[in-house]
Amino acid sequence: MIQVSQLTKRFDIRTAVDNVSFAVEKGEILGFMGPNGAGKSTTMRMITGYLPPSSGTAVIGGRDIAQDGLSARKMIGYLPENAPVYREMTVQGFLGFIAEVRGFAGSRRRKAVSDAIEKCFLTEVGNQSIGTLSKGFKQRVCFAQCILHDPPYLILDEPTDGLDPNQKHEVRQMIRNMSAEKAVILSTHILDEVDAVCTRVIIIDDGKLVADDTPDGLRKRSKTHGAVSMLVSEALPEGLAEEIGRLADVSEYQVSDDPAGFRLRAFPRQPGLPIAPQILSLASNRGARIQSVFVEQGRLDEVFRAITTSDAGDSSTRSV
Amino acid sequence: MRIQESSNTVRALLKRELAGYFTSPVAYVFIVIFLMLIGFFTFYISRLFEAGQADLRGFFEWHPWVFLFLIPAAAMRLWADERRLGTMELVLTLPVTTAEAILAKFFAAWIFLGICLALTFPTVATVSYLGDPDMGAVVCGYVGSFLMAGAFLSIGSMTSSMTRSQVISFILSVVICLFFILAGYPPVTEAVSGWAPSWLVGFISRLGFLSHFASIKRGVLDLRDIVYFLSVMIFMLSANGVILENRRTA
Repeated sequence: MIQVSQLTKRFDIRTAVDNVSFAVEKGEILGFMGPNGAGKSTTMRMITGYLPPSSGTAVIGGRDIAQDGLSARKMIGYLPENAPVYREMTVQGFLGFIAEVRGFAGSRRRKAVSDAIEKCFLTEVGNQSIGTLSKGFKQRVCFAQCILHDPPYLILDEPTDGLDPNQKHEVRQMIRNMSAEKAVILSTHILDEVDAVCTRVIIIDDGKLVADDTPDGLRKRSKTHGAVSMLVSEALPEGLAEEIGRLADVSEYQVSDDPAGFRLRAFPRQPGLPIAPQILSLASNRGARIQSVFVEQGRLDEVFRAITTSDAGDSSTRSV
Repeated sequence: MRIQESSNTVRALLKRELAGYFTSPVAYVFIVIFLMLIGFFTFYISRLFEAGQADLRGFFEWHPWVFLFLIPAAAMRLWADERRLGTMELVLTLPVTTAEAILAKFFAAWIFLGICLALTFPTVATVSYLGDPDMGAVVCGYVGSFLMAGAFLSIGSMTSSMTRSQVISFILSVVICLFFILAGYPPVTEAVSGWAPSWLVGFISRLGFLSHFASIKRGVLDLRDIVYFLSVMIFMLSANGVILENRRTA
C-alpha cells in the first residue's frame, strides 16, 4: 500500500502541494488529475523520494520514503514526466544498466531485460540507440525501465503524453494487464484515460486535494447526471416543454432544433433524481412522437471544470 | 551486505558513465586536444630536447595550466547535462544514494583523465630512450598530476551540480580552479592581506595547487601534499552532495 499523509511542499513563498493525504491499495489504479501546475508532478516526486517534502510523509509498502528511502525505492517503478532516457545508449544497454543498478546480475539480468523488452513491444528496436527512436518508442523504453524489476508499486507521470491514439491504447493496455497485483498511481489530464483505466480518481487543484472518488462517483456529481434527452419527430405538442419544466423534480429544460425534429433536454433538480418516468408519461399523454430517449450519465469534464475552477479568485496566483 | 550492494551500484553507474565518454566524440576530441597541448608546451615552450636534461620537469610543469581549461570542460557535463535532460530524476529515484551517484560519476571521470595521462607515455619513452631519467621521479610526477587532476575534477563536478547550463558550470569552475592555482602567488595574498586577518591570509596562501605540486614534480611525494589534494576532493564532493540534496527542484 502507498500511504501518503499530509504531504506538503513549499517553494520559497509558494505552496506547491498543500496537506495532501490519500492511500492506494494493491489492485487499484489511481488517476491523479488536476490542471497544469496544480502540483501533480511535485507530489509524485515526493512519493518517489526525488524531492524531500517540507512536511508530511509517504510510506511505500511499510517503508518511509524519507527515513528508509533506499528500501522504499526498490519497490517503486517510476516513470518521470517526459520519460527521460540516456539517448546515446541502445535499448538493450539502457535496460541492462537499469537492471544492474537494481541489483540484477548474470542470467537474471538478461531475463529481466528480455522480459521487459517483450512486454513493452521493443523487440524490433533492441539494438538501436535510443536517440534515434520516435517519441512513442522512447516513452515505452522508459516504461520498460520502470517495470523491469516487477515492482509492487508503479508511479507514472503522464504515461501517455505525446503518444498517438494507437500507442495510447497500447500503454493503457499494458497498465491494465499489470494492475491486478500492483498498486498504480498515474497522473494525466486526459479525461478519457481516467475512464479507460482508473478505478479511482483524485483531483488536486492549487496544491490541495479537492476530490477522491471513483470515476462513476465523480460523474454522479455532474449536473447533467440523470438528465433526460428526448428526440421528438415532427412538431412538439403545444405547451409540453413548459409542462415538463413545471415538474417538481425538474430544474430547467432546453429545446433545440434537430434535423429529425426537436430535441428536448430536462435537467433534474439534483444530480441523479429519476425524472424520466414522469417526463415519458407526460409526453405520451400529449401524443408526442418520441423517436429516442436516453438518460445522460454526466460528464467528467464538467465535474472537473466545476471542481477546479470554483475558486477562480485565487487561481490567478497559481501561475506565479 | 550493504557495502557489497553499494559497490555494485557504484560499479554499474561508473561503467555506464565511462562508456558514455567513448560512445560520444567528446572523449576523442578531449584526448587529442589534451595530448596536442601538452606536447606543444613541453617541446616548443619548455624545449625539452634542447634543455639537455633527462627529466620530465618541463613536461609536468604545464599540467596545472592545461588542466585549468580542459578539466572544467570535461566535468561540466557531469550533472548539468543530467539535470537538463531529466535523467537525474531517473537515476536518483533508483535505489541509489546521492553519495553513490556522486562517487560513480567522479571516479568515471577521474579514470578517463587517468587514461589521458597514460597516453602521454611516448614522452616518457622518448626521454628514457635518449637518456636515463630517474624513473621514481617520473612515477611520482604522474601520481601528483593524477591527484591534482582529481582535485580540479572535484571542483568541476561541484560547479556542474549547481546549474543546468554547462557554460555557467565551465566558467565558474575555471574561476575557482584559477583561484586555487594562484592562491600562493604574492599578488593574490597581497590583495587579501589588506583586510583579512593574518590567519586567513596564511590559510589562503597555503591553498595553492602550485606549491603542493611543485615538490611533487621534483620527485618528492610528501604525505602532506597527498592529504592536501585528497581533502580538496573530499570537501568539493561533499559540497556537491549538499548542493544536489538542496537543489532537487524542477
